[in-house]
Amino acid sequence: MAVTDGTGTESAKTSARRPNRLFKNLTAKTASIPMIFTALVVFIGCTGWTIYHSFTKSRLLPAPDKWVGLDQYERLWSTRRWLVSIENLAIYGICSLILSLVIGFTLAALLDRKIRGEGIFRTIFLYPFALSFIVTGLVWQWVLNPQFGIQSVVQRWGWESFTFDPLNNADIVIYGILIAGIWQGSGFIMVIMLAGLRGIDEDIWKATRVEGIPTWKTYIVVIIPMMRPVFVTALVLIAAGIIKVYDLVVAQTSGGPGIASEVPAKYVIEKMFQSQNLGQGFAASTMMLVSVLVVLIPWAYLEFGGKRRD
Amino acid sequence: MTDVTTNTRTTPRGTKPRRRMSPSNIMLYGTLFVASVYYLLPLYVMIVTSLKGMPEIRLGNVFSPPVEVTFEPWVKAWAEACTGINCDGLSRGFWNSVQILVPSVALSIAIASVNGYALSLWKFKGSEVFFTILIFGAFIPYQVMIYPMVILLREAGEGLSFITGTRIRLMGSVWGLVIVHTIFGMPILTLLFRNYFASVPEELFKAARVDGAGFWGIYFRIMLPMALPIFVVAMILQVTGIWNDFLFGVIFTKPDTYPMTVQLNNIVNSVQGVKEYNVNMAATLLTGLVPLIIYFASGKLFVRGIAAGAVKG
Repeated sequence: MAVTDGTGTESAKTSARRPNRLFKNLTAKTASIPMIFTALVVFIGCTGWTIYHSFTKSRLLPAPDKWVGLDQYERLWSTRRWLVSIENLAIYGICSLILSLVIGFTLAALLDRKIRGEGIFRTIFLYPFALSFIVTGLVWQWVLNPQFGIQSVVQRWGWESFTFDPLNNADIVIYGILIAGIWQGSGFIMVIMLAGLRGIDEDIWKATRVEGIPTWKTYIVVIIPMMRPVFVTALVLIAAGIIKVYDLVVAQTSGGPGIASEVPAKYVIEKMFQSQNLGQGFAASTMMLVSVLVVLIPWAYLEFGGKRRD
Repeated sequence: MTDVTTNTRTTPRGTKPRRRMSPSNIMLYGTLFVASVYYLLPLYVMIVTSLKGMPEIRLGNVFSPPVEVTFEPWVKAWAEACTGINCDGLSRGFWNSVQILVPSVALSIAIASVNGYALSLWKFKGSEVFFTILIFGAFIPYQVMIYPMVILLREAGEGLSFITGTRIRLMGSVWGLVIVHTIFGMPILTLLFRNYFASVPEELFKAARVDGAGFWGIYFRIMLPMALPIFVVAMILQVTGIWNDFLFGVIFTKPDTYPMTVQLNNIVNSVQGVKEYNVNMAATLLTGLVPLIIYFASGKLFVRGIAAGAVKG
């Protein structure tokens, strides 16, 4: 390590007074061993291990010496199931991003209008976030049940031809999952937005009122641009959640009908732990990492690159 | 809220008092009401379905309230529901989850609080680098790290068995899962504690140093008692997070030690037998009960906990 090299000569000169720098703060360093282990071995080591093995011909067991280059990726991108997964993730991702932001902001803005019972409404909008994706998926599976759920209720009201059966229709199944996903997560975005709205100076509102700008226009022209950092944070959080979508699909549809609601995270777990095709699992998980980096790197650059220049 | 309205009424300079039934107010409350229906509907359906008998479910719809309230589905979900050949209900999953939860919460918070304390008050060369890796690690999909983690746990278990001479298994046991939860909960918890300890006045820390207190002395005697509220926030965060976990449970445990979420999914989505929707919903509600109780009991602290990860320090 570079540290010991530097201090080696230094401590030789002042050995009587200064102890080796490696042993400075020794208790703090010892106490941080779990953190250092997690950072280096798990986050860097395991990630690197998986990326490396995605270039090998691993099947039942990891095969570090059978290098096959990009073969696994070529196979991955010619697998129909993976392509369906990616398409689903794209639809789910874009819709959930837009809907979460719109619903989250709208609800927060409504709650910020100095209304009665704000606490009650907030509690109602946020409680699904405390529930697991498994519970969320199972409840919505039942609510959307074609025989007893929403569809049958509307039909019994007299609209006989009404059909709303997303979970058994391969074309729209992903929207059925979307309804549940939004239900679970949008309250969280609302909380973040509400915190952002509360941070806006009351004087801004007074100024726009004096100018006679209507409320809705104030939101669009003044408030939303001011809340850019909050929106960016919300965006990153939603995006990080989208890529991890797994349990919701497992509980609500198990990927069905057929493979119509498969998602990448599910593909990875099944290739690794059920169909003993490790190489495919590693390649698919590396692709997941790449998609996270595509979102994360520009954000980190804007966030931290900008600060350094100040 | 009442303050604002009285203010506008008594002081002449305030804005014109708003009529309660103005069109914009009706729109406002109308929208909030419709949204509330969407959010409350599944909870209502869960409760109502779990209190009906199967004949009533087949006749009616999901929204109709129970004519004859029965608690039989709850009893069945807790003690008799089947997963494969096992028919001892969700109770097993519940106790497994408790056994996973208690050590996971304790260990993850203990380690993360020490991390946060060291990172803010005992900085050493490279500590910021490790912290940055930790934060960025929070964004890596678990799927990328999960297989090497399985190998690491298996090897560590074998290593421990070799050293101690007794057979220790980490993979497939509760302790393996505890380690996994501790590792993957570390980024957010460390951030939480680091931000808290960074706001502690430095004079306090320096005074304790002058008095000769060391790393652990300051941690246990000064920081720990001071940081109790943040420990509560961390606990809320971890209890809900670990209780709701499915992915780690399904991979790092065996059928005997499956946590409640995994068992719930197996019960409801099992393909054998007649679907008993009332039992399924009772089981779902039972699983959701623990985080729901924490949510309703903790109120603002829950919001603080989940916002802790969102708001940058």
